[in-house]
Amino acid sequence: MADYHAPVRDILFTLDTISDVSSITELPAFADVDAEMIEPLVTEAARFYEEVIAPTNVIGDLEGAKFEDGTVTMPKAFEGAWAKLRDAGWSSVAGSAAFGGGGFPKVVGQAMSEMMASSNMAFSLCNMLTDSAIALLERHGTDELRDIYLENLITGEWTGTMVLTEPEAGSDVGALKTKAEPVGDGTYLLSGSKIFITWGDHDLADNVIHLVLARAPGGPPGTRGISLFLVPKFLVDDDGKPAERNGVETVSIEHKLGIHASPTCVLSFNEATGYLIGEEHRGMNYMFTMMNHSRLGVGLEGLGIAERAYQGAAAYAKERIQGRTPDAAESDTIIGHADVRRMLLTMKAYTEAMRGLLYDATAAEDRMHAETDEAKRAAAEARLALLTPIAKAWATDRGVDVASLGVQVHGGMGFIEETGAAQHYRDIRITPIYEGTNGIQAIDLVMRKLPLDNGAVIEGYLDEIDATAKELSGKSTELDDISVALSRATASARQATAILLMAEDPQLRLAGATSYLDGLGTVAGGYYLARQAAAAHDASPADEWLQAKITTARFYAANLLPDARGKFEAAVAGPDLLYAVADEYIG
Amino acid sequence: MNIAVCVKQIPDPATPYKLDPETHLVVRPDDQVLDDTDRYGIEIGLQLAEATDGSVTVVSMSPSGTLQGIRQALAMGADAAVLIDDPTLKGSDALVTARVLSAAISRGDYDLVVAGTESTDGYSGVMPQMMSELLALPCLSFATHVETTDAGLRIKRQTPSGYDEVEAALPALLTVTAGVVEPRYPTFKGIMQAKSKPIETLTAADLGVDTAVTQCVQSVEPIAARAAGEIVEDDGEGYRRIIELLETVKVI
Ligand SMILES: Cc1cc2nc3c(=O)[nH]c(=O)nc-3n(C[C@H](O)[C@H](O)[C@H](O)COP(=O)(O)OP(=O)(O)OC[C@H]3O[C@@H](n4cnc5c(N)ncnc54)[C@H](O)[C@@H]3O)c2cc1C
Repeated sequence: MADYHAPVRDILFTLDTISDVSSITELPAFADVDAEMIEPLVTEAARFYEEVIAPTNVIGDLEGAKFEDGTVTMPKAFEGAWAKLRDAGWSSVAGSAAFGGGGFPKVVGQAMSEMMASSNMAFSLCNMLTDSAIALLERHGTDELRDIYLENLITGEWTGTMVLTEPEAGSDVGALKTKAEPVGDGTYLLSGSKIFITWGDHDLADNVIHLVLARAPGGPPGTRGISLFLVPKFLVDDDGKPAERNGVETVSIEHKLGIHASPTCVLSFNEATGYLIGEEHRGMNYMFTMMNHSRLGVGLEGLGIAERAYQGAAAYAKERIQGRTPDAAESDTIIGHADVRRMLLTMKAYTEAMRGLLYDATAAEDRMHAETDEAKRAAAEARLALLTPIAKAWATDRGVDVASLGVQVHGGMGFIEETGAAQHYRDIRITPIYEGTNGIQAIDLVMRKLPLDNGAVIEGYLDEIDATAKELSGKSTELDDISVALSRATASARQATAILLMAEDPQLRLAGATSYLDGLGTVAGGYYLARQAAAAHDASPADEWLQAKITTARFYAANLLPDARGKFEAAVAGPDLLYAVADEYIG
Repeated sequence: MNIAVCVKQIPDPATPYKLDPETHLVVRPDDQVLDDTDRYGIEIGLQLAEATDGSVTVVSMSPSGTLQGIRQALAMGADAAVLIDDPTLKGSDALVTARVLSAAISRGDYDLVVAGTESTDGYSGVMPQMMSELLALPCLSFATHVETTDAGLRIKRQTPSGYDEVEAALPALLTVTAGVVEPRYPTFKGIMQAKSKPIETLTAADLGVDTAVTQCVQSVEPIAARAAGEIVEDDGEGYRRIIELLETVKVI
């Protein structure tokens, strides 16, 4: 099985060419940040993730999280790794400096999260959710809640969860029933049943901080009557230490297709003490901070596993001897075969494209808070809103494709567990489902994000892509090819966008949502690779690594970008045929 | 306990070394890294210093370059660095290196000098012993285990068949093998703090040492390519041929 080698150079290159991280660190909000430290930090963290976390991936899968007598036990190897991770502080790089974090931009923290997800996705979920809990508390918590909880979450002493789902409330969060009764002293007692709660219980940290959606009395039905509560596993005493056990009980954990080392818990709340976040009945608004953050986090899992699956497949293709290429006298390694190269380059190109998309979205998250100019903050917020469903859904769908190709490159050995390719495929399969299914992401994109600012946000983004296509044109014949392919794809994106925006029947948008998202993600991927190709072209023609960036962008433009047009055609095909088949003929 | 740990910046072993065809010297890029085997010496130094409220200074002779390797040592937790960077030292042999490092170390007040057993790029394996002679310190070498005693240190010295127990009073010089302790990973905070830790840079002239090199590399030959192996087809009697082969190489 191949080791994980963190793609440090591509991460740094993406931070530079796509996130333009130096323009973020120059903002006054990051006055204390030394931008020169980004490279040594990413480099040193890479060594840590490769050597300490990555080796726990297979062990975690084999041993899995265990449930006995009401408690969850994690694989043995996790305890030491968790302690080392906490001491090393890699999860706190982007935490707020006032609460023990490093104060770096989120996009720098994202580099650490990517490496964590590649190293061990099941394990990384604990950090990902804790990170999202931090984002929520930073933005919406009262000073008191922040003082008690934030530092311990940032330093990894405690971990966070996100508690929405109930048996009758999955995609439709508004159907949830968990109740919150005010006690009169400002606290509430929560009762109800929650399912599928990731890292809802475990034995690595001293406390687990649940962020729970529930109904306080007097609210309207649906999502408008939902409030958000902080419910600790152990109530915290006056010294800030975990003390008495709160009324949250772990009923069981699930047996799953993948991420065996991530405990997926059924939690029962029995008059558990909860602290209200913000105002009553406005919980969904706050939860969206956490959800949007997690959506990028899940997109990053798509990227993280794709990267590792790609590395494993490439290593295998260089070793496995089978078959002859047309001109060869003897059989050679399979990397020589055109079809295997097609798979490997597809994996590479998608992976690097996803990295561009995610590092752009998170840079927008930084700018949305840190830009000094009101209009720039608003623009960044709109950009993040547009990119979030694409980053979540496109990166996870392509991540599944890449992991599947990873199995395919291995041939029969891909189906056998010992190569690790199978585990990547099993692990990544959850990512298009949780954190809002990709179907729900597509609906969010066409129903809520396209109409933003009367379509000006999506128009602006497509203008930007066209501008890049123009910029590439005439620089070299290689870049010309990319430019032409990108302009064509953008033109079909514009057509489909206009039709969906004008559609009066919501069913037209809903029927085309996923195809539209797929198409737009594919164009976005081509756009980020094109920008990197332009930067590589301008930098140094002698550098082979940079030349490979240009070739990757060309491969994408020639082989993958054309898919976008088909997707956009499907996106406007309308709902009629979907409903022309009666239910009784389905199944 | 105040401790000096000798460390080396070397070209990243992940990228193939280049030798200068004229001088036969390793071509040293700007961004050299900390020799991995030095992490053990730093770790033992840090553990001893932490237990006794002491300090760790890393001492290194190399072109400064980007200082990456030195910063890596400081990021692990060392308090300060002394770097001897002098173009006249290019091509130094083990003895000159030992003289330079010893001279730099005798300027400070150290209870213990720690080194690895040999560097990953040079492999001479004699430099620490030369230093112990020059500094007139007892040499506790090839330690696989280290503990403190009332007067100094007791170590397990690795031998071909097991280990010797060796003790010495301080001050002393200690060389540690890989595996003596598990080196800590630099932490995020450690890396940030390393930036502001003092690095003193000296030249050979500052130290007044004799830099005359007495050893020279005459020529460098690439390792002979491995010859094809012999495939023994097993017709049931293959073991005989294998025994014969093992006997000719005197393994049995
Ligand atoms: C391993 C794992 C971990 C999880 N972790 C957490 C967690 O930490 N916290 C938490 O709160 N939840 C968690 N979940 C729950 C997860 O977010 C939900 O499973 C997910 O949102 C889908 O809900 P559902 O399972 O009820 O599916 P359903 O909502 O029943 O969906 C079934 C199918 O119908 C589609 N669908 C549903 N509604 C619509 C619609 N309106 N329009 C079009 N299509 C629709 C969906 O896209 C899907 O394809 C986790 C789930 C799993 C499996």
